[in-house]
Amino acid sequence: MIILRGAMDGIDVFQPYGDPMLRKLRQTISVGPEGGAADLDGFYALHPSLQSLMPLWQGGELAFAQAVSTPYRDKRSHFDGQDLLEAGTGDDVGEGHRIGGWLNRLLQEMPGATSETAYAVGTDEMKILSGRARVKSWSPDADLKLSAQAQLLLDQIYHDDPLFRDAAMDAGDLAGEGMGREKGPTGDARALGLFAATRLNADTRIASFSLAGWDSHARQAQVLSRALERLAASILALKEGLGANWAKTTVLAMTEFGRTVRENGTGGTDHGTAGALLMAGGAVKGKRAYGDWPGLADNQLYAGRDLLPTRDIRAYSAWALRDLFGVQGSTLERSIFPGLELGEDPGFLA
Amino acid sequence: MEFGFPELAAIRLGYGLSPHMKPPATADELLAGVADAAPGPDAYTLQDARDAWQKRKDLSDARDAGGEAEKMAYDDFGRELGRMNWLDLQRRTARAVDAHSGFGERLVQFWADHFTVRGNGAAQQPLVLSFVDEAIRPHLNGRFEDMLFAADTHPMMLIYLNQNGSIGPNSPFRQRRPDRPLGLNENLAREALELHSLGVGAGYSQQDVRELAELLTGLAYNARNLEIFRPGMAEPGAETVLGKSYGGDGPASLDDIRAVFRDLARRPETAAHLARKLAAHFLSDDPDQGVVDAMAAVWRDTGGDLPQVYRVLVTHPALADSFRQKARQPFDYIATSLRALGVTGQQIMGFEQRDQNRFLVNPIQRMGQRWGTPSGPNGWPEEAEAWINPPALAARITWAMTVPRLLLPELPDPRNLLDVALGGTQSDALAWAVPKAESQREGVALILASNDFNRR
Repeated sequence: MIILRGAMDGIDVFQPYGDPMLRKLRQTISVGPEGGAADLDGFYALHPSLQSLMPLWQGGELAFAQAVSTPYRDKRSHFDGQDLLEAGTGDDVGEGHRIGGWLNRLLQEMPGATSETAYAVGTDEMKILSGRARVKSWSPDADLKLSAQAQLLLDQIYHDDPLFRDAAMDAGDLAGEGMGREKGPTGDARALGLFAATRLNADTRIASFSLAGWDSHARQAQVLSRALERLAASILALKEGLGANWAKTTVLAMTEFGRTVRENGTGGTDHGTAGALLMAGGAVKGKRAYGDWPGLADNQLYAGRDLLPTRDIRAYSAWALRDLFGVQGSTLERSIFPGLELGEDPGFLA
Repeated sequence: MEFGFPELAAIRLGYGLSPHMKPPATADELLAGVADAAPGPDAYTLQDARDAWQKRKDLSDARDAGGEAEKMAYDDFGRELGRMNWLDLQRRTARAVDAHSGFGERLVQFWADHFTVRGNGAAQQPLVLSFVDEAIRPHLNGRFEDMLFAADTHPMMLIYLNQNGSIGPNSPFRQRRPDRPLGLNENLAREALELHSLGVGAGYSQQDVRELAELLTGLAYNARNLEIFRPGMAEPGAETVLGKSYGGDGPASLDDIRAVFRDLARRPETAAHLARKLAAHFLSDDPDQGVVDAMAAVWRDTGGDLPQVYRVLVTHPALADSFRQKARQPFDYIATSLRALGVTGQQIMGFEQRDQNRFLVNPIQRMGQRWGTPSGPNGWPEEAEAWINPPALAARITWAMTVPRLLLPELPDPRNLLDVALGGTQSDALAWAVPKAESQREGVALILASNDFNRR
């Protein structure tokens, strides 16, 4: 699970160039195949900065869903939006963090789950994994220097402080598991993917990290390119690191909300509503666009400015959990995503 | 050992205890010390930023016309600007370590984070320094409305939240350029309401965001002449924000913008939002409602007079009752550690690039707080869980094990350091463990790595 923080413009990533309104709403961005995007199916085109993922698309290992959103509406705050995305609840703003993240609630329902089952990778806080079930967390460039005696004493010092005790216990176990830094502008993203793969090749079944840098209010062409190159690097690093296990892997990359359908006055887009979900991996039925396209005409928009959500993004996550971990529908609708109606199976897993 | 207000004040509201100076004895002494955090002799100004911009431009022109030497001169200056972010970390650390009261420097950190900006590339680094020195430090001890106006009209904020290119759809500037896709950008307007003043839970609408965005048009930074307002870019006519009309009569002016920020700063929603945020930063991730309400009441009564609000915070029983509920953020942790070890600001300012990197820049990044680069305009997270996770705690422990030995000619006796650093607040477990360390180095590390020291 990759959380894309800052609101990715789904319309620019998977460009619906077949919708005649797109050209009218956007002049300098999302310019379709004539601007270098790769045609996907005659209606959508892939942003040029995801070119490196085209082999996955051709191989049926990359797909996306358009016009999806969480139940969050109207306030368009990144931070509330992310809280809700990670909490997996309905639109009761501010309540989200109190019940923890939906991946943590999944762990609480998984028979035989251990603290190794899920991993938060990197030093960003991952609220999606926070909650009662224990999870591991480590960063590819982390390091710990401590003698055995000092470690024993620290265990005593931290003994009555669960926050420090648990973090130190994992740090002690994981010291030496780091892998140093990767070079270049996408090196940090690549390191996240490679490290997550090492865990997934062992006992871990769920890994999560985040990539920031999507808030493209101005000069979107440059801002989005940098962010997409990092996203592509992390996905390709996962594939490389996972080797044969890639065939059994599902990668979901999701963001708090989409962006306005109209280009704004500064070559960018402002906070919107529906966005896009990226799916990758050998377990995905790829080379397909999922979701119903609502259209870009004035009377098809949400609040006259945003792409209209046609499906709750939680339904995709829920169907994935059902297929991958055998979680029952009632558990999904009541415990993991309270208030969700599962609806029809989008069928995106092979 | 007994401890009281002085220890609590230094540990909770400042950068901890120091072997070189006594903690503030009273709330008055603590609050008087906020004035020490005013802009210093090394303050970076907009004029300095403009000079840097001009120099870079001249060097760029020379490079385009010249040869290898000119190219090198341009690149060198770019690198120099690029390192200003680390120079900023060095300066801030030095002031934090030396400040007697410490509360003022903590407030700099709090408000600079409340009004998060992030410089994009080397050329914007001078503006980031000027932002803190000119928009935050002068207003720490004044009225919130002045800080709000200064921060949200500062060139660095105008650039960071994309106000610079936001143009009134019916402005003269726009009408002279009918073929260009110019128009509003609502980023600053949204964050001014959501993050800087009312808070996301307040009852404002998308329409309020839109109207405020229209009212803010005209705000634009011009590096050439340092102006921040261009009336020709402003949307003509009145705008209504939260039911009140602004800018109805006469030409567009900065006074209308000052008026809306003044009103926002005094709103009860802003009082409640900022009272809670201050309490959550200084006292507890989940602060006592009593202290929040008391601060909000003073905020409302005084129209946001910050020193009076601070006084409630520092004299409330919650200061003692919620001891150690907060985890120090990485900057706070590093400054507090250096201070406890007796390192001075002068020594810190003497760090050459290598020491800057190994003692400050790299460790703070591994602890999860890469200087100057929070991931969004909401700044750094507040909750302890965001900072105390396995890789980040490992970075703190590693810092505690390695840096003191590299930095100090002679390590302190851990038994003394325990009292110096914790002033009688240490737990029995820590007091028991420190003398059992195998070496002085590990004894020092246990103190600096302890939850007692990492919490406040």
